[in-house]
Amino acid sequence: MAATKIDPMHQFQIAPIGADELVASPFQFTNSALWMLIVLVVVVMVMWGGTRRELVPGRWQALAEIITNFLGDITRQTIGANGRKYLPWVFTTFMFILAANWIGAMPFALAGAHPFTVTSQFSVTWTMSVMSFAIVLVVGFWKHGLHFFSLFVPKGAPLAIKMFIAPIEFVSFLVRPFSLGLRPFVAMFAGHILLEVFGNFIVQGLNAGSAAGGFIAALCFVFIVGMSGLELLIGAIQAYVFALLTAIYINDAENLH
Amino acid sequence: MPQLSQLALVIQSQWLWLLLVLAAIYFVVGRGIVSKVESTVDDRDARIAADLAEAQRLQDQAEADEEAWRNRVNAMREQAQGVTASAKADAQASLEARLAVVDTEIAARTDAAVAELDAARGAALAELESVAVEATQQIVERLTGASVAQAEARAAVTGALGHA
Repeated sequence: MAATKIDPMHQFQIAPIGADELVASPFQFTNSALWMLIVLVVVVMVMWGGTRRELVPGRWQALAEIITNFLGDITRQTIGANGRKYLPWVFTTFMFILAANWIGAMPFALAGAHPFTVTSQFSVTWTMSVMSFAIVLVVGFWKHGLHFFSLFVPKGAPLAIKMFIAPIEFVSFLVRPFSLGLRPFVAMFAGHILLEVFGNFIVQGLNAGSAAGGFIAALCFVFIVGMSGLELLIGAIQAYVFALLTAIYINDAENLH
Repeated sequence: MPQLSQLALVIQSQWLWLLLVLAAIYFVVGRGIVSKVESTVDDRDARIAADLAEAQRLQDQAEADEEAWRNRVNAMREQAQGVTASAKADAQASLEARLAVVDTEIAARTDAAVAELDAARGAALAELESVAVEATQQIVERLTGASVAQAEARAAVTGALGHA
């Protein structure tokens, strides 16, 4: 029996599908691309219930309506009546991150299909946060022109404090796209490393063949069950945080203070 | 950390597929299905509000109808009581009138009967007197042989009758 080498990073490896090795091409199909498409299919399937448009909704349609109302409330309450036109993007970020997080946490590996958590790649989360940031910039300068820079100046403060605060506000504004994309990436990255490490402990504990090893394996199994539940919660919270912050940032651009 | 070490190799395909998937979610679901769901929910809310308003209207109308019906019933009851009372009064009045007519008729007939009776008694007394006068004349003639004048006999009879 070969000693199991713990390689918690292996799960984040992008592997080519239909090719022998990775090449730097946009048309390279990978396991990451495959699971993005699975996320797309799942999102479309979940929301497809909303196309039934029954007067009395069934469970499927009710689910689609609950999700829609939830995100509609977020945009309306955060941005105001003008928030409706940003709902599609807030919806897209929330549903993509939620579905990617949850699908990545599913134990499909039991059936041999190793799920790839696309949100554990900062290339994905940062691309999304840069898109949110781009929307903020476009909306801000489109609506307010150069007046948009007044966002960095606190209202009603003395001039000395304004001079002091404005650069800090400006830097914190520029940090937004990084912090926004960092959050879901780090949460998924850390969570999956933890699950991988403790999953390996189970295997090694069982392989040890001793009573102590079995005990440790059982302990780790219980821990992993709890962690998986927590991971689902974290996945939902990260999707919610990303969508909510996107709405809050857009509100800054839409309404300036 | 494969996210870093592979970045240069995979970033192009990551971007392409991510943008494709996000665009699909954005346009098909975010702009398509979500709008439909929202209008469905809005339609349902509007319909529920309209139904509630209609129910309220019907209830108000039913209450108004009941109120009007109760007023009508009360009015009709009052009217019926009025009719009964006036009918009673009419009956009383006509009864009294008929009683009065009958009373006067009875009184008149009684008076007439009394008068007739008196007349009959007078006639009977007069007859009795004339018979008594004749009988007295004949009795006196037979007993005494003297004839008594009718006027004298009459005076005697009247006196005797008056004593009797």
